[in-house]
Parts: sequence; C-alpha cells; structure tokens
Amino acid sequence: MGKTVFEKSSSGRRAFTLPPNDCPLEGLKQLITRKGPVGLPEIGEQDLVRHYIELAGKNYHIDKGMYPLGSCTMKYNPLINEELAGLGGFTGLHPDQDVGDVQGALELMHGLERALSEICGMGAFTLQPAAGAHGEFTGMLIARDYFLGRGEKRKVIVVPDSAHGTNPASVAICGFTPKTIQSNELGLIDPAILEKEVDGETAVLMLTLPNTLGLFEREIAEVVRIVHDAGALVYMDGANMNALLGIVRPGDIGIDIMHVNLHKTFSTPHGGGGPGSGPVGVNAELADFLPIPRVIKEDTGYILSCDSDKTVGRIHSYFGNFNVLVKAYAYIQTLGARGLKQVAMDSILNANYLMNRLEGTYSLKYPGPCMHEFVLSARNLKKNGVRTSDVAKRLLDYGLHAPTVYFPLIVEEALMIEPVETESRETLDAFAEVMERIAQEAKESPELLTEAPRHTPVRRLDEAAASRNPDLQWRPEEK
Amino acid sequence: MSPEECLYTKEHEWIYVENNVATIGISEYAAGELGDIVYLELPEADSSVSQMDPIGTIEAVKTVADLYSPVSGQVIEVNEDIVSNPEAVSKDPYENGWFIKIKLSDPGELDVLFSYEEYRDYLGEQEAEKHEEDDMMEEEDE
Repeated sequence: MGKTVFEKSSSGRRAFTLPPNDCPLEGLKQLITRKGPVGLPEIGEQDLVRHYIELAGKNYHIDKGMYPLGSCTMKYNPLINEELAGLGGFTGLHPDQDVGDVQGALELMHGLERALSEICGMGAFTLQPAAGAHGEFTGMLIARDYFLGRGEKRKVIVVPDSAHGTNPASVAICGFTPKTIQSNELGLIDPAILEKEVDGETAVLMLTLPNTLGLFEREIAEVVRIVHDAGALVYMDGANMNALLGIVRPGDIGIDIMHVNLHKTFSTPHGGGGPGSGPVGVNAELADFLPIPRVIKEDTGYILSCDSDKTVGRIHSYFGNFNVLVKAYAYIQTLGARGLKQVAMDSILNANYLMNRLEGTYSLKYPGPCMHEFVLSARNLKKNGVRTSDVAKRLLDYGLHAPTVYFPLIVEEALMIEPVETESRETLDAFAEVMERIAQEAKESPELLTEAPRHTPVRRLDEAAASRNPDLQWRPEEK
Repeated sequence: MSPEECLYTKEHEWIYVENNVATIGISEYAAGELGDIVYLELPEADSSVSQMDPIGTIEAVKTVADLYSPVSGQVIEVNEDIVSNPEAVSKDPYENGWFIKIKLSDPGELDVLFSYEEYRDYLGEQEAEKHEEDDMMEEEDE
C-alpha cells in the first residue's frame, strides 16, 4: 500500500495559505481557540493532487466498471441528476428558511411524493427516512401505532427466510418479535406454511418482493389474503423495486406499507457516493401515521404541516436527505412512465440473459426465470477445493467487482448477481466470460483462485481479524 | 473427547454426556463449512434450555448460524475462553472448542440424536445428494 497523506507530510509545506487573521479574538479565546496544533498533514498542492489522483485510480466505482451486486441495485447515476441537484437554488437553501422562500423545494418534494405514490400505487409517501433500514424502522413504527390505536396487542412479525437481513433487525429494534418462515423448494413463500404461522398475534408479514433469490412471489395474492384475513398488515421491502417499475404496483396487490430505496431503484448514488434515502409509502388508511412535517398543497401554495394526532413523529432532522430527493425526481421526470417500465424490463432481460449463460458453469438451486437478479452457487467447485470466496477474490484479479457472496443464507456458497438495466450486452458477455474462465481455472489450477487476489494493491486480507479487532483509525507513530 | 464418543444433531452440534452432564460443541464438518468464526453468542450460565431451541449465534466471516441445544436442561458452565478466542472452534472443535455444559433434565431425549456412525452416514447422504445434482449438471454441460 502507498503512504497515507499524513505519512507524506513534511514540515512547512503548504497547499493552501490563509490570510493573516484580522479579527479580534478577545472573548472567543477560552471557548474555541485550540490548545495545540491541529495535526493536519503539511504537503504542497501538486503532491496533494497526485496523492488523491493515485487513490482515485485504485478505487473501483460505477463509472469505472460493472457492479454485479445482487439485492443492492448499483446502477449508473445519470450526470443530469448531479447537474440539477447542484443548482444554486437547491444547494443554497437552509432548512430553517421561511416556507414562503422555499416553495420550489416544497413543490419538488410534493411532486416526488406524488410520483412515488403513483409508481407504487400507495396512498401517500414520506421522504424522510435516510436509508432502506430506516424506512423499515419507520414502517414498523407505523404498524405499531396502528395496532396500539386499535387496542390490539400484536407482537409478532413474520419474515420469510428469503428476506433482506435488515428486516428482522428492524423488527426487533421496534419491540416486535421476528418469526422466520421457510421458503418452499421453489424459493417462494408457501401459502400453506404461512397460513399455519399467521394468527391473532401477527402484526405484519414483512416480505421482500421480488425476494432475495430474485423471484417474484407467484402466490402473492393468496399470501396477502391470508395475512389480511388474520387482521395483520403486509409490509414490502421495496429494495428490489427495480424489477417492478411500471409492471406491478405494490398497492394494487394489497401491500399496506412499503419502502423504496432512492439510492437503488431511482439512481441516486450509493455507498460512499452519497447519503441514502428510503421513502416509505402507506395505503390511504395509514396516511395519518406518517412522520411529520408533511408537505401539503393548499390553494395559496405549499406548507409544512405538523397537524396530525396519529403521526409517529419525527424520524429525521428537518426533511430527510433533500439533495438526494432532487436527483431521484430528476430521474423519474427524465424517464417518464414508459421509460421506467423499460428500466424494469431491461433489468429483467439482462439478469435472465446472464443467468442462462452461467447456469451449468455454476449451479442454480432455484430455477428461473428470474426477475432482476439471480443466485448461483459455486458448490460444484468445492470438489476442487475452491469456495465462493475464492471465486470472488479471483474476480478482483480480472479488474471486476465481486458479486454479493454468501447471501441469501438459504443458498450454499451463494453468488448473487444483479447486472441492472444499463449494462450493455458486451459488458454482460465480458463478465460472463470471466466467470467461465474462473470456473475453468478452478478445475485446472485451483491455486489461482485460492491464492487470489494476486494483482490488487493488497493480497488477501485476514477477514476474521478485521471483524474481530477492527483498526479503523490511522494514528501517528509515537515519537 | 473423541468424535466417536459423541452424539450429534441434524444441525451439526455434538454432545458428550458424562454423569448426566452434557458438553456441547459443533462438529468438525460444521466448523469447516462456517469458516473463520468471528463472534459467539452463548446462553448464560444457569439459564434453562429446551431441546432443539436456538440458544446462541455463531457469527463467521461469511455467514451467521444459530446454535441449537441438543438436549433440555440447565446451563451449568460456559466456555469463556472460546468466547474470547472463537478461532479455536475451527482448530479444535472437540476439545478446546466446546461451547457450554448442560445438566440434563431428560436423559431420554438422547435417544433421538445421531450416533457417530449415523451422523457420518447422514453427512455422506447429504454430500451424495449434492454430487448427484452437480454431476447431472456436468453431464448436461457435456
């Protein structure tokens, strides 16, 4: 590894010089003046620029190559979104400004809420949750208050074993008890099993649709009926909404509460690229439970209303990650209804193309057709002493990002792949060729995999030690 | 204790019983499948457990698995060394890698567990099933 910017520091060098202070410091001194030096690196501008260019070159990002991650839609972030979000009228806003001064921003939020409601067939949306799991948490709060209001003490949330790992965690943090149900041999919810597990104790069925195997729940109508007949609600984790845009509206199939991930389905940056956003939608009956403040359109303009007895309250400072909302709104408006449907269809087509090409090279436990993603297993390579983690590490040697591995837990040696709609056929073919070559290497020279990666800045890291004793902060050596 | 002296569950826990006290761990096969273990969450001493209830969590680098109690009874000892050094589970699953000791409340429950030979056959069957599927795949391939 190269040196950190601190290790490149040399006393007296400067990339930037502040003018001498011309403000009196009296009165401020004790409160805010530093007692010692800041400890910033001292480095010239050219060396500083080179340092970060070198780091950026080592980085892997969506503008450099494909991210075949499953269940974590990592899609292209269109440049026009960044341009619009960068407009001074948005970036210069302060959340404490008078509503009369921010009508444009409120109109955008209102428009996005309406668009998401239309796309998902829900009664209303809140834009406040800052991530998918935060959306799940908000959804669980809404369910809790809904049943409290009805005087019902329902404590159990049923979660299929094909759901996202955050689901049972969000359930537990809201004081509910998660109860896992097993998928059937097709990787789907079995209505007969569900019927036995759902009763008067059940508050919510929390499902991921399509599920993490990339499969649409074929019995969804029956599943929803069973849950509703028991007086419970259906929550949909919409992290995989990319496959449904313009094709299925969750509200139409009876979903009561759901979240979408703007940083997945609606193309805003993901991971290190920028904060997330996990808006929550509810059916019209539950709209009063949404967090406050809500954007309301009146004859005279938009207002922020805190007027609700039933609201779960505030779940984020101010109004959520506003700048992310601008990007998602730009994406929706750019594509329109037809464009969004094309997104879903192309993402399904790309996934099925790759799945069909790679099935046979890797094993496929649950047969397709799939939706936007699919789960392979490297189990067939185990006899060569090779595991999924070795395949993943070898992909790095080919300059590719690895797919999600070892998830979902119901597939042994899982490789979960989601190519998304924007990748061209050439890119998909190139990825498939590498995956085929790696499977061949596993048979002929497995050490290429078990010793991978060989061509990355660092070789294989000790993941157990990293989990057990994480060392997250660089510290100067004691002198 | 040697693997041959233990009884086993379908979930790959081993159990060794002496004087109505059961020592419990996970089999070498399970430890190999899990890979590097990062964190263990075990039941507290004095807690009561029921047969095949999830009583703890085994967190490995690549996955998380539940620990099931092979028998009902009272937890009388927890291996604190293994909690602070979970890597020993993979190195030595049958000696230093034990998890907890349980005082049996119903020795009759032992009847439903696998003997060493039965467990070995069970693993063999499971592997054979998978190989059959994989071989079918390779034939299709050819």
